Order: sequence, then structure tokens, then C-alpha cells
Amino acid sequence: MKSPPFEYARAASIEEACAFIAQHGDDAKLIAGGQSLVPMMAFRLLRPGWLIDIDAIPALKYVAIETDAARMGACTRQCDIQHDDVLAAAVPLLRQALAHVGHVQTRNRGTAGGSLVHADPSAELPLTAQVLEARMVLRSHSDTRTLPAASFFEGAMTTAVRPDECVVEIQWPVWREKKTGSAFTEISRRHGDFAIVAAAAQVAVDDDARCTRAAFGIGGAAPTPAAFPDLAKRLVGTRLEKETLRDVAHDAAATLEPGSDIHASAGYRRHLAGVLAARVLQSAYDAARAAR
Amino acid sequence: MSERLYAIAIEVNGTKRTGQVTARTSLVDWLREHLNLTGTHVGCEHGICGACSVMLDGAPVRSCLMYAVQADGHRVTTVEGLARPDGQLSVLQDSFCEAHGLQCGYCTPGMLIAAQALLDENPRPSEHEIRDAIGGNLCRCTGYQQIVEAIELAARRMAGEAE
Amino acid sequence: MSTPQTSPYGFRYIGAKRRTKEHPRFVTGRGRYAADIALPGLKHVALVASPHASAKILSICSEAARAVPGVHYVLTGDEFCAATDSLPIGVDAPKVTRWALARERVRYAGEWVAAVVADTRALAEDAAELIEVEYEPLPHVTDAEQAIANTDTLVHPAHGSNVILHRNFVWGPVEAEFANADHRLSFRATWNRNATVPIETFAVAAQWNPATEILDIWASIQMPKYPDQAARALRLPGNAVRVHYDVDVGGSYGVKRGIKHTVLVGYLARRLGMPVRLIEDRLENMRGGDMHGPDRTFDMTAAFDGDGTIRALKIRAIDNVGAYAGRAPFQLGKPVSAICGPYAVKAVAYEPVSVMTNKTPQEAVRGFGQAPTNFALERTMDRVARHLNMDRLAVRQKNLIRKDQFPYTIPSGSTYDSGDYQTVLDKALAAIDYPALVKQRDAARENGRLAGIGISTCLEPSGGNSAFEPLLNPKNETTTWMDSCLVRIDLSGAITGIMGTSSSGQGHETLVSTVIGEVLERDPATIRVIHADSLQALPSNSPVGSRMAIMLGGAAAGAARQIKETLLAIAAHNFECEKEDLDYRDGNVNLKGVPDKMLSWDQLVEIAHRKFHAMPAGVEPGLQAKFVWEVPTGGGLPTPDGRIQIYPCYAFECHIVYVEIDPDTAQPEIKRYVCGHDCGVMINPDIVHGMTYGGIAHGIGAALYEQFTYDDNGQLTSGTFMDYLIPSAHEIPPVKIVDHCTPSPITTFGQKGSGEAGYLGAPAAVANAINDALAPLHVEVNTLPISHLAIWETIEKAKRQ
Ligand SMILES: Cc1cc2nc3c(=O)[nH]c(=O)nc-3n(C[C@H](O)[C@H](O)[C@H](O)COP(=O)(O)OP(=O)(O)OC[C@H]3O[C@@H](n4cnc5c(N)ncnc54)[C@H](O)[C@@H]3O)c2cc1C
Ligand code: FES
Ligand code: FES
Repeated sequence: MKSPPFEYARAASIEEACAFIAQHGDDAKLIAGGQSLVPMMAFRLLRPGWLIDIDAIPALKYVAIETDAARMGACTRQCDIQHDDVLAAAVPLLRQALAHVGHVQTRNRGTAGGSLVHADPSAELPLTAQVLEARMVLRSHSDTRTLPAASFFEGAMTTAVRPDECVVEIQWPVWREKKTGSAFTEISRRHGDFAIVAAAAQVAVDDDARCTRAAFGIGGAAPTPAAFPDLAKRLVGTRLEKETLRDVAHDAAATLEPGSDIHASAGYRRHLAGVLAARVLQSAYDAARAAR
Repeated sequence: MSERLYAIAIEVNGTKRTGQVTARTSLVDWLREHLNLTGTHVGCEHGICGACSVMLDGAPVRSCLMYAVQADGHRVTTVEGLARPDGQLSVLQDSFCEAHGLQCGYCTPGMLIAAQALLDENPRPSEHEIRDAIGGNLCRCTGYQQIVEAIELAARRMAGEAE
Repeated sequence: MSTPQTSPYGFRYIGAKRRTKEHPRFVTGRGRYAADIALPGLKHVALVASPHASAKILSICSEAARAVPGVHYVLTGDEFCAATDSLPIGVDAPKVTRWALARERVRYAGEWVAAVVADTRALAEDAAELIEVEYEPLPHVTDAEQAIANTDTLVHPAHGSNVILHRNFVWGPVEAEFANADHRLSFRATWNRNATVPIETFAVAAQWNPATEILDIWASIQMPKYPDQAARALRLPGNAVRVHYDVDVGGSYGVKRGIKHTVLVGYLARRLGMPVRLIEDRLENMRGGDMHGPDRTFDMTAAFDGDGTIRALKIRAIDNVGAYAGRAPFQLGKPVSAICGPYAVKAVAYEPVSVMTNKTPQEAVRGFGQAPTNFALERTMDRVARHLNMDRLAVRQKNLIRKDQFPYTIPSGSTYDSGDYQTVLDKALAAIDYPALVKQRDAARENGRLAGIGISTCLEPSGGNSAFEPLLNPKNETTTWMDSCLVRIDLSGAITGIMGTSSSGQGHETLVSTVIGEVLERDPATIRVIHADSLQALPSNSPVGSRMAIMLGGAAAGAARQIKETLLAIAAHNFECEKEDLDYRDGNVNLKGVPDKMLSWDQLVEIAHRKFHAMPAGVEPGLQAKFVWEVPTGGGLPTPDGRIQIYPCYAFECHIVYVEIDPDTAQPEIKRYVCGHDCGVMINPDIVHGMTYGGIAHGIGAALYEQFTYDDNGQLTSGTFMDYLIPSAHEIPPVKIVDHCTPSPITTFGQKGSGEAGYLGAPAAVANAINDALAPLHVEVNTLPISHLAIWETIEKAKRQ
């Protein structure tokens, strides 16, 4: 299980990285934390002629919290996101999601951008991005564009990122509602594995415990993590009564077309999707009510 | 056509080591085959078992999921670097011996790295925190129980509460 | 579990807390594993594996591979099979031949077709990708029952059938007991394929020395008769193969038997005149490493009375051994020695069937077939209880062999040496506070959880003579499985124990030094233990079948006792008295009651090494002793009706597990775990406990997580660590072990085996707990592993009913 041969270059800046990938086109791949890329190389599922290392680019490692969004460089490490208390206060879902991502050793290398671009259907950060409607800033040698999560994820392990593009920044919306709560949960066979199904939710309530804003999504039950903005609107104005919650979760699960593998059947995944969606909404709602 | 070689310089267990490697040489293969530091083990080469854990700039990582070229300019600590400067076993190593926290020894270097990193950050971890810290390190011999006990013992000893 | 600092059995060292001799090298990264052996000029092997479950090989083109700079050789089956002999097979099936490389036909996906030798492993892999093999796919079969029925799809057409072993044993008045019993029940229990999957894959390096004509081998091996088999297949005399047993093995638990790897690498090393190494990567290991374990379906029928007495059992066990068979079919033989478990059952019928399919070949796995059998037996006990609406404990207590019944002979001819099953069970029940646990479960149920308690009471047959070989193959007359030790005292008075096999985590150096220290009353810390190579070692059968405490421990004690006798003889000669007039203390010998009349250890050693004139007549100078031990119960051939004593000792374990399942997600959680264990005298309790914890973890894996799954195309679909789920510290709960000691009356110190402990009862207990949790829904699951999906599907089934 040795990687096929390739050539390596360490980019010092975003510009340099973009120039490299423009030059080599399809033959080059960016490497950030390597926690998904290196196993694929070891299995010889990928054979790029060049690996362009963007992990040492200072301009890709920062967290800046602004009123409406927390912005972070694409190469911000998962462990740094997890341990950032200020960030956790602004976008609590991130820390909750990362508790389920791999292990200490993989989070010490793995990056936010790498996880999003890898786009595993059951990965936690892509789900979080969908739920919160995160925006990704993409740079090429000639262009900069910003994509919302909804158009960023195109399919299982595929995104809208072009071969000559580098994700440089991720913008996580910050909810300004005072009483906001969020929750993340998943079922996996072993702790730290990719989820069979994962669910995430964020809910804001007024002083009357009525929902003023809600977002939720489900991962692992479709080629891309799914968010349900329209269904979430049905919760606004309610106190997430049992029946409403059940119906919304059920309707969300019903839209999904999960696959089957050795760990779970499509039926089990769809079932879990409904159960977990209801659970995270309830937990997020409870947290919102408890928030001060 | 022969593969291109890259010059690297990595501080390993406190000593600067240099070498010429192909880009595809993993960090663990470089440590084992080029530096003859065979204490770091290989169990899966795809990131799951944790046997290859080393510290990179003080944080535990999987050395099968890194190319040696990526570690150029960084600091690596392997199991060979855990003992005290005089060569005596560290408190953690000694606690593994005392609590029988190993059998075949194959996962042990990775376990020690994961545990040492935990104790560096959190000197009095709970059982849950210990299990979480070694949750990415598979052991087939011990069922983890005596490993957890060994780490608990090391924490108590470091706090001066046990011999 | 803390271990007492002093021996609870009244020994000096045996049973006391003692650090192992091996650990210091392991915690400092100074172990020496097969992959660590650096030989100058070492070349590396990569393999080309079959993508098909069954196919004809039409052609192999390796020109492009050979042309890669740094590639030294490409070997295919045509050359290899002509130059080496087929690996031996245990059962009577001479047409089922097996080589490391396929010739003409591949029989499973992952089977090796070609080997590339290159300067680095990476280059060898590059070249392997360039080898073009043309196949003609053939029909395949992966299911054992289909393989029996479908006589058109033969894995080995020359054998004429896919069945490689089929026997019918009837021990005792089975039909009469069935006719007279109040009740009968039948069900099927399935144990799917898993294995021990050590974290170290198999690795072997070989070097041929043309001057001495010796092939040196360093391997991560745990295999009886390994040097002999390697030499034979390579057509070399036995004394031309030297296996270095001082290689540390990174876990094995049965499976490290890379004989095919070894013959391949040995052949290449000799053919090329270069040292050659093969380290399986994890993909090769999982698909083509030939280390999968039992894959077994049990049809269980029990006859029992209304009071819970089990009168007779009928057991049909169909085992899927995969595409080739070495010793794997014998894994249906070990259970004969404990076919009715710890229960006093009068009559048993046993029908073992071993079937070849297009799956990866099966190898010996911890327990050698006993763990699946225990699972089936313990499911039977729970089913009987449910059938009678009786308490599961009561049914077990009704049938457990009582303490006063030992030695106890079961229908299949094995005599159990000793035991006190009821007391061990009582201790475990007390440790978990069983009445409180039942309340906890019932309270959880009231809160809408699915909650269950699982119990298993099982045996670990240990220290055997391998006589399941003649039992299952009349042409094979193996009845000894000796082990040995050589103890040497050098002129400085230092003690060295020499053993003849490698270790894979069992702490044999600690075992041997403790035993020698006990007998000679010398500090074990000062005793060195080495692993001799195969040309220097005395006979050993390697650490299989929970035998080393009994067999190697017994051999070390025997050799040490001879040394002690020699020392006493020297002293008696010099004091002109009888040995009986002497006291031996700490290695010094004095005339009883006369403390000054003493010869110290150093003086005695000096006499033995230098002063022939002070030696008694007929005593060898030099002070060393060897001891080769046959199994304590000896070795005999089976009776015509298949009764036989294979294992001398029977350790007992009982498991009590508490599981809760989230009814909405089907997620199980093991919340409590207690194991009562009696393996007689524990020579090193930390080591015994460690293996038991590890065995339980492994058993939890078998019960809930681990399976080698195959798809319809005969492809292994769990061939990586992402899909073959070895439980981590998150999945394994804290476990409490409760010890009890019923010494074995037939071993040196009262010890029994323990290397398979935990694994033998954990799968059964966990399965029983899940079923207890599902019981209120009136559904059950009898197939392992019980995945989340299986639990969910079972719950769904209940909803539909
Ligand atoms: C044992 C183990 C368990 C894991 N468990 C989980 C889990 O439970 N959940 C989970 O989500 N993940 C899991 N992972 C994957 C892990 O989270 C990875 O960190 C992540 O998927 C990829 O991040 P990376 O920085 O390592 O990216 P890399 O592996 O370096 O790259 C991944 C892909 O993204 C591309 N890429 C990286 N950065 C950029 C960029 N800035 N712009 C454009 N393209 C880019 C690369 O070219 C590559 O195609 C696990 C990994 C391991 C080894
Ligand atoms: S060898 Fe690196 S994680 Fe297994
Ligand atoms: S001690 Fe053997 S794998 Fe952990």
C-alpha cells in the first residue's frame, strides 16, 4: 500500500498554489491535512502527478469572528476549531460536529477545507455547512468566487470546486438571535467512524419559547448532506410540539434516497434520518430555551 | 526514469536528521527504513489503527498519513524519544510496565504517544477522557482495560499521589 | 483488578505480582519484530492478486513489470509450483493441493497470482500493477450449503466434492434420551466469519547462505511444525531451514501461520541469492493472508425435561473453510473435547461438515472452533429456559457438573480434570449484584429502553495433544504435542532458560523465569530466557491451544527440578549423606539441622563446572538439564466410536453482561460486564487477566462488530480497517474479573490454560444479553455479529408481527 510516484511542491502563498494548479491542471492535487487524500493514494485510487502542499500557507490559517459570520482560512485545523472557545460561542455547531470527526490524531492534521472538498456524504463538516448555509470562497489564478453550500456540494465526493481552484475561506453564518441553541448527533458503528446517519440542527426562540428561526439537516442518507430550509420554516412560530416535530422529521426523511452498504440498509438509514432529525431539533430547541 | 529525490531536514527526538527521499515516502517509512527508528509500527497504512502515531510539533498524528516531505522543517517525537534523558523509563512507560498495559507490544508505541500527548495537556484525565484519547489506537491484546489503568496510574504518579 | 504482591497459593513467586520481562523493551520501542529485521541488500516482494472469485488463468504477461528499473524478478505459479511441493493438509484430501501462487486456476478473490521482487516495496507495487493477467471467469460459490448442494461448481474438481470432511459421531444413547425426554427444540445459530486480525500483519524475511546451505528465516510466526513444513515444501532437509524464534510477534491469537508466505519468500531468496522480505500490507492481509476464522452454521436440537435437565443434544455444524484447507477443518475437532460444555449431558450426536467455497481460506483462530460452539450451546441453554419459562440461571444450575463429580467424563470421552462451576458463577453473580442488576434492567424497560442481561457459562479446554487429527483423519496418527525447555546454569551461577518457539504477547519469558525461579528458589528477575532458533531448540509446538502455562511451564519446572536434583546429588556426595538428609534453600544446600554444613549455590555451580573430582559418579558435569513434556493425560488414538481425550485441563469462565439498546436507533451499549474465571493456579495473574480482558474485547468484536462480508460476486467487502470493525476503547466497557482457583490435579502447579479466556464466553453472553433485551418483543437473533442493522431489522420484524 505505497502511494504511486508523484512530485511534490510546497506552496508559500495562495497565489503560488493557484499558479501551480493552473499550470498542472488535472495532473495536480492540493494536499491540506492529507487525512483523506493520503489513504486514497495508498489504495492507489488517485494518482496525481503532483501534490501541491497548501498546509504551510499562513494566509489559509485564521479564524476571524465578525457580526454575521465567522470566517476561517481553509487550512484551519479541525483541532484548532474544536478548541477555540470564542468560535464555539459564535458557531456552537462546529465544536459539536467535530466531536464526531475521526480521532485526536486525525483532527490534529485534518483541515476544515479538506473535509468540505473531500465531501464524503456522511462527513460532519459538510453537513454543518449545509445546515448553516456556509459560504466557500474559491480562488483560481484568475478568479475569485463565493459559493453557498447548497451549490458547493454536487454529489458523493464531488463538489463544484474546479481543478484549478483552491478553497481559501469558509464563512460560517453567526445567528444573532440571543436565544439560539444547536445540536449534533449521529449513529456510527464505532465511535469516530464516518456516520451511518448524522443530523444537525440550530434553533432560535423568543422569550415565549416560540421558534423564530430553525435550520436542520441530515448526512449519510443521500449523496450529499441535505438541509431542509423549507421544512424548517414550518417550525417557526411553534413550540416544536411533538407532532409537528415528528411530521417535519418524517417529511425530511421521506425526501431522501439513501444507499445500502454492509453497515446499513437504505431502510435503516431512512428510519435513522427521521429519528435523529427529530432528536437534534428537540435538543437544539431545548438548548435555545435554556440560553440566556 | 528514476524518481526525484527531495532533501528534508526534520528534528527527530531532539536531533536534526536530514535525508533524501522520494515524495511518496511516508513519514513512518522514513523513520523506520532510513533512520532505523523501528519503534514506530505500521498496522494498516490507511489511518485507522494508530500504531504509527508520533508527535509532530508536540501533537499526536498518524505518521502513515503524512509524507516525509510534509514534515520537512518540523519536529517529530517517536517512542524512542519518550524515555528520560538519562535513559530511564518515563513515568508513563514505567506505569505501562507496572499495570501490564501491554502484551505483544505492537500497539504500544502508538498508545504511549497518544497517552503522553493527553497527559501533557490534561494531567488528571477522567476515564472517559483517557478512552477518548486512545480511541484512535487499536489494540488487539489487552481489551484496553490495563492500558487505561496504566494511564491512570501515570497521572496519579505525576501528581505525586502514587509511587 | 489489582494483583496481590504475594502468592495467594503459598508459592514464592507463582501467583504473586511480577512485572514481565518483556515489557521494558516494548515500551522503549526496542522490540524486534519481523519487519524490523534489516538485512543488507534486502529485496521486497509485492503481490498480484486475483480480482475474481473463480477463474481460469489464460495467460500472464510480465514483460513490462520486468522492465521496471529496480525490479529483480517476477515469479508466477508455473515456475513456483513445479519447483516446490504443495502445502500439507490435515484431513484426508490429497487432491486438495495448495501453493502460495495459483497455477491455471484461481479459487478466491485475493488469491496470489504473481510475486514481484524489487529494490523497494513501492517499486514492487508499481511493477505489480503492470502485470497483465488474462482470466476466464468461472462460476463461483461462497455459501457453504450451496457448495454442498451444487455439485457442478467445484472449488477443487479433482477432489470431486466441495465437502472435505463429514463425520457422524454418536456418543451415548442419543435416540433413547430423545424418545424419553419431555421436550425437544431445534434452532439454527450462525457464527459468521471473523478473525483475530492482529495489528501486525504477517511478515517474513529469508536469506539463503550458499556456503552453509542454510535458509535463515525471520517471521512473525506462531505455528506448530512450521520449520518442518517450510523445509518440506521447499524440498530441503529439515536441518537446512533455521527459523529465528527470537523475533517478537505483534499479536497472533492463532492466525500467524504464514506458511505459504514463507515458502514463497524462501524460494525467492534461494532462487535469487538475495535476502527477500514480504510484509503483507493490510489489503493483502485481509484478502489473501489466509487468516479468516470459523464461518459456521449450527443446527442445534436439544432434548430436555420439564425441570430443565438437558438429556441429549444433536449438533450439526457446517463450517465454510474457504478455498483451501490446512488445519482449518480440525477446528471442528477441538469442540469434541467439550461438546456438552460444563453440563452433565448424557448423550450427544455431533455431525461436523467442512466445506470448501470460493472464499479466503480459513486459519486457526483463538479457541480453535470452541468459541462458536460455546455460542451455540449457550444460545441453547437460553432457548431451553425460554421454552420452559424457567430462569436462565436455574437451567444452568440444574445442568452444571457439580464439584463432587470430578474427574468427570463426558460422552465424547474427555475427562474434565477439576472445577467448581457453581462457586465461580456465584462469585460473579455477587460481584455484579445480580438482584440489583435485574432491578436495573426492569427499570430501564419501564423507561422504554430495551434492556437485557446475558449469561454464559463455558469451558476452555487447554494444553491438548492434537489428537483431533486422528479423530478426523484415520491416516494421521498424531497423539503428541510436546513442549520442552532447557535450563542452563553457567559458571557464574547465572540461570538461562531456553525455549523453542516465538511469543506473541503471552509473556513466555516471564512464565519460564517465574517457574524456574520457583523451583530453584532463585529470583526470576535474574533469570534470562531466550528463544532458540529451530536448529538449536528442543521440540516445541508453539503457543497454540492455551497450552504454554501447562506445557512450557511444566517443561521448565521439569528441567529446573533436574537441576535441583543434581545440586542435591553433588551436596550429598560431598557431605557423604543421602539427599534426604539435606535442605535446599535459595539454591544453597545444607545438612539438615547443621547450618554451617552448607554448600552455597556458587560452590555447587563451581563443582559442577570445574571439579569433576568432587562430582558424584554418573552425574554429567556442566549443569544443564532438558525436559520434554508430553501432555499430562498422554496421547492415545480414538476408540472406534470416536471417543478421545484431547485436552488435559478445563478452565471455566462465566460472563454476565448488561446491555441497553436504544429502541429508536437500535444502538446497543454494554453497560456492565463481569467475568468469573477459574483457570486453576495463575502463574502470573496480571498476564492471565490481560489475556482475559483481551479475549473479552475480541469476543465483543465477534458478537457485535466484526465480519468478513462477501458480495454476490464473491468479493470481500470488508477488506480494510474502515469496514472490518475492530472495537476501540470506546466500544469496550470496563470489565471486572472475579478469580477463583480450582487447581488442576494433573499439572505441575495446578495451573490450567488461559490464552483463549474471555473469547470463549463473551460472544455467547453478549448475544444472550441482546436477546434478553429483545425478549419483550418476542423476537430473537441467532446470527453473529449482531450489527446495528440486524437489531433494527429484528425490532422491525417484531413491529410487523
Ligand atoms: C481514521 C480516520 C477517521 C476519520 N473519520 C472522519 C469522520 O468521522 N468524519 C469526517 O468528516 N472525516 C473523517 N475523516 C477524514 C478527515 O476528517 C479529513 O481530515 C478530511 O476529510 C480531509 O481533510 P484534510 O485537510 O485532511 O484534506 P486532504 O486529505 O488533504 O484533502 C482532501 C481532498 O480535499 C482537497 N483539498 C484539500 N484542501 C483543499 C482546498 N483548500 N481547496 C481545494 N481542495 C482542497 C484535496 O485535494 C483532496 O482531494 C477521518 C479520517 C481518518 C484517517
Ligand atoms: S499504520 Fe498508521 S494508522 Fe494504521
Ligand atoms: S499489546 Fe498487542 S496489540 Fe496492543
